[in-house]
Amino acid sequence: MTSIILLSVFGIINLFLGFLRSNKVLLPGAMLLLLIVFGVNLADWGQGTQSFYNSMLVVDNYTVAFTGIVVLTTIVLLPFSRSYVVAGEPNLAEYYSLLLFSLVGAVMMIGYNHLIMLFVGIEILSVSMYVLAGSSKRDARSNEAALKYFLMGAFATGILLFGVALLYGATGTFVLSELSTAVAAPANASLQPMLYIGILMMIIGIGFKVSAAPFHFWTPDVYEGTPTFFTAFMSTVVKTAGFAAFLKLLAVALPDAQGFWLPTIQAMCALTLLLGNVGAAVQTSTKRMLAYSSVSHAGYLLIGLVASRGNLIGEAASGIFFYSLAYSIATIAAFGVLKLVADHRQRDDYAALNGLGKTNPLLAFSMTVAMLSLAGIPLTGGFFGKFFLLAAAVGQGYIGLVVFALVMSMVGLYYYLRPLIAMYLRPAEEGATPVPVDGIQTVTLALLALLSIALGIVPGLLSGIL
Amino acid sequence: MLTAVLLFLPLAAALLLLFTKGAAARALALGASLLEFGLAIYAAFAFKATGTASFDLNYAWIPSAGINFHLGLDGLSLLLVLLTTFLVPLILLAAFKHNYDNPSTFYALVLFMQTGLIGVFVSLDAFLFYFFWEVALIPIYFLAGAWGGERRVAVTLKFFLYTVVGSLFMLAGFVYLYLQTGPGVGSLAPHSSELSAFYGLTLSASEQSWLFWLIFAAFAVKMPIFPFHTWQPDTYTEAPAPATMLLSGIMLKMGIYGTMRWLLPVVPLGVSQWGFLVVILAVIGIIYGAIIAIRQRDLKRLIAYSSLSHVGLMAAGVFSLTQIGLQGAVVQMLAHGVNVVGMFFVADAIERRTGTRHIPDLGGLTRRTPILTVCFLVMLLSTVALPLTGGFVGEFLLLAGVYQYNAWVGAVAGLTIIFSAVYLLRMFQRVMLGPDSAFSETITDLTGGELLILVPLIVLVFWLGLFPGTFLHISEPAVTNLLSLVGR
Repeated sequence: MTSIILLSVFGIINLFLGFLRSNKVLLPGAMLLLLIVFGVNLADWGQGTQSFYNSMLVVDNYTVAFTGIVVLTTIVLLPFSRSYVVAGEPNLAEYYSLLLFSLVGAVMMIGYNHLIMLFVGIEILSVSMYVLAGSSKRDARSNEAALKYFLMGAFATGILLFGVALLYGATGTFVLSELSTAVAAPANASLQPMLYIGILMMIIGIGFKVSAAPFHFWTPDVYEGTPTFFTAFMSTVVKTAGFAAFLKLLAVALPDAQGFWLPTIQAMCALTLLLGNVGAAVQTSTKRMLAYSSVSHAGYLLIGLVASRGNLIGEAASGIFFYSLAYSIATIAAFGVLKLVADHRQRDDYAALNGLGKTNPLLAFSMTVAMLSLAGIPLTGGFFGKFFLLAAAVGQGYIGLVVFALVMSMVGLYYYLRPLIAMYLRPAEEGATPVPVDGIQTVTLALLALLSIALGIVPGLLSGIL
Repeated sequence: MLTAVLLFLPLAAALLLLFTKGAAARALALGASLLEFGLAIYAAFAFKATGTASFDLNYAWIPSAGINFHLGLDGLSLLLVLLTTFLVPLILLAAFKHNYDNPSTFYALVLFMQTGLIGVFVSLDAFLFYFFWEVALIPIYFLAGAWGGERRVAVTLKFFLYTVVGSLFMLAGFVYLYLQTGPGVGSLAPHSSELSAFYGLTLSASEQSWLFWLIFAAFAVKMPIFPFHTWQPDTYTEAPAPATMLLSGIMLKMGIYGTMRWLLPVVPLGVSQWGFLVVILAVIGIIYGAIIAIRQRDLKRLIAYSSLSHVGLMAAGVFSLTQIGLQGAVVQMLAHGVNVVGMFFVADAIERRTGTRHIPDLGGLTRRTPILTVCFLVMLLSTVALPLTGGFVGEFLLLAGVYQYNAWVGAVAGLTIIFSAVYLLRMFQRVMLGPDSAFSETITDLTGGELLILVPLIVLVFWLGLFPGTFLHISEPAVTNLLSLVGR
């Protein structure tokens, strides 16, 4: 709760800092404010469940854990904003503020206990993202991305809200715990179809936000057109918050409707894994590959939802937490390196990375760790993320799904190796100069690589905490 | 504690190497690897040959899941650790002969690889084993990929995909086994991934039947067993010489070792169901590798196929499930490691002098190179399994084991000795003897630095050939213990 207030206030402070028109103040300022939020958020760990606004929002370990991920992700993302300043972008402060405001939405999505809060959270997050997707105003692709994202997003939010309304109609409540009781013992059997249509519509709405197939079709285009800096935010914070909300909805409100949503989620999961991985394998642009890869990771996270079987604590929930963290760290590093390289070399296909191992060993190393983590190779957090989720699913008896996920992760190996091949095995173009990297970016990239490796070596620190 | 030092010393040196350059890097890399070898020797003297693991080290790694950081050395592990630590300094010395780009990174990757390899040989927890199994792959991928020959991109991609896909199957098998276990001793977690917990499982024959293939997939690719071998000749050929030595000298043994420790005693019924098929595949590999080797015109490729043929015999010996066959596999792992590294080093020495590995371009090299000729011949004859050499002891025991298992299969497998004599002596004749080539007069003999690599190898060839008991005694209790677990 404190984090929501702080984020809102800090967002406004940031807006005023914008009068200084200096990234020397704005960037450290924003990072410092976020660090404060991160610390304040952690202070709530292990304090039990605290409710706010007539129990519309709750703060418990679950909220703290996922809020921690989204705040941390944003902190490590900020250093990559540099080129906007160099390009003389006049609205820099607004972008920082929008990021902070959208975090407010993310935290509400994580901590909601009332469907209206979920809706408001999603809207706060999404509206900020629509603006940010189009923030490169003179770039036609960015405008296209913003329009596509806005139209599709508005449509999906509409469906979600319709679902909320139907759920309310069928049960007479918005509160998660009361919903759970009403679903377990329906007062009026004739309203059951309405309930199930409502659940389905909510799944579609959230499925769109986390880009789970078959609602992922917007992802590659929007990710490609959006400035890379904000694409990184979209594919990490939005996804993490989306999955936290998704799991909470299914586990707290609808555990007794499992018979309905389990098969639905399973089907979505298999389809997402298939389309995400196969889609990524045929891309030639690194950015589009990462976009499809983010779809495929939604697939792995969906396995966690299946394995949770409506439990907000335990192996599967901890697995989703660990996976989201490992995925976010690796994805920020990947997009960070890609952004620096693409800004310098003016292209974002695999060939843009050629010879990076020679010209920028640190960038190449950071990208390597990120790719290995996303591919799920040991020594990185990504391996244990997949391991915990898949082991939880096997433990619940979903052998077929796990085998399918393993086969799909073999496809993943192929496309995650391609940046590595470009960086180390292919020579740079004639006259390629090193990509300029400033001090704070260097530190951040090194830190991200170390975090990925730390999660891969001592996963015990953060595994099984939920 | 000793095992942990053995495990992390190369890693620490590798990290330090990233900040060193030039002669200092060479000194650091070589010094660390020699220190590591010294530690392994010390471990060998402090080691008491019993059936169970010494130098036990056990920490909770992921407490919530019952996964432990459990290391230990039994006779089998110790011999492979000795082999690894013995070969790595020599491989580094061989690398010093080349002018690679970013040499410190190259040496760092070799040492990083050493940590992965030793980790595989000393892990007593399934997920720790898998962890190091994959860790060993990352450096060798970059070594072969970044410093390899012209076709390196496609070849290393194939190598990487083959091995990772194989090991994912193994991981799936391990996860299944893990979920069958109960909680470990003094652990709050519901399951345990300890090796001993896996040994304690009672699984039905049908479970073991498919678990066998899941787990064996990783080992079969790594060894490699026919028909999972197609990555091997290309990778051996395209990789730079030191990486080829790592791959053939040590990494191949991961597959044999894994089979002995993590397959045979874990799914004994699966082994008895499928063992014969594997032996047949192994024998096909022996014949197939040998026949293709006869036709090779590339020196490195010929040795690669020869290695394929010899590893087939090791696999057949392991699956014979006889004491003599397993002991033969142990000796042969050591002998083959020494032989193949020596062979690749000689091939590399010839290539560095003449600029070619193409056999028809070579010939009559022996006149100016008496020392090279002798060294080459010793390595070659040990590979052919001539008595007095390590290769003879290993292959003799292996063949005896396979013969006990099935006389007909043993007879066919015995062809390996005849075949290897054919292709290796023919190669020797065409490269070293035969009509003079453009290089006959200009080629120079081995330098003192190169002898420094070959002499230890030759000493070990004869040690293994004359006093194999030194090594057989170390591994005997461990092998007996494994066989008693298989027979349970």
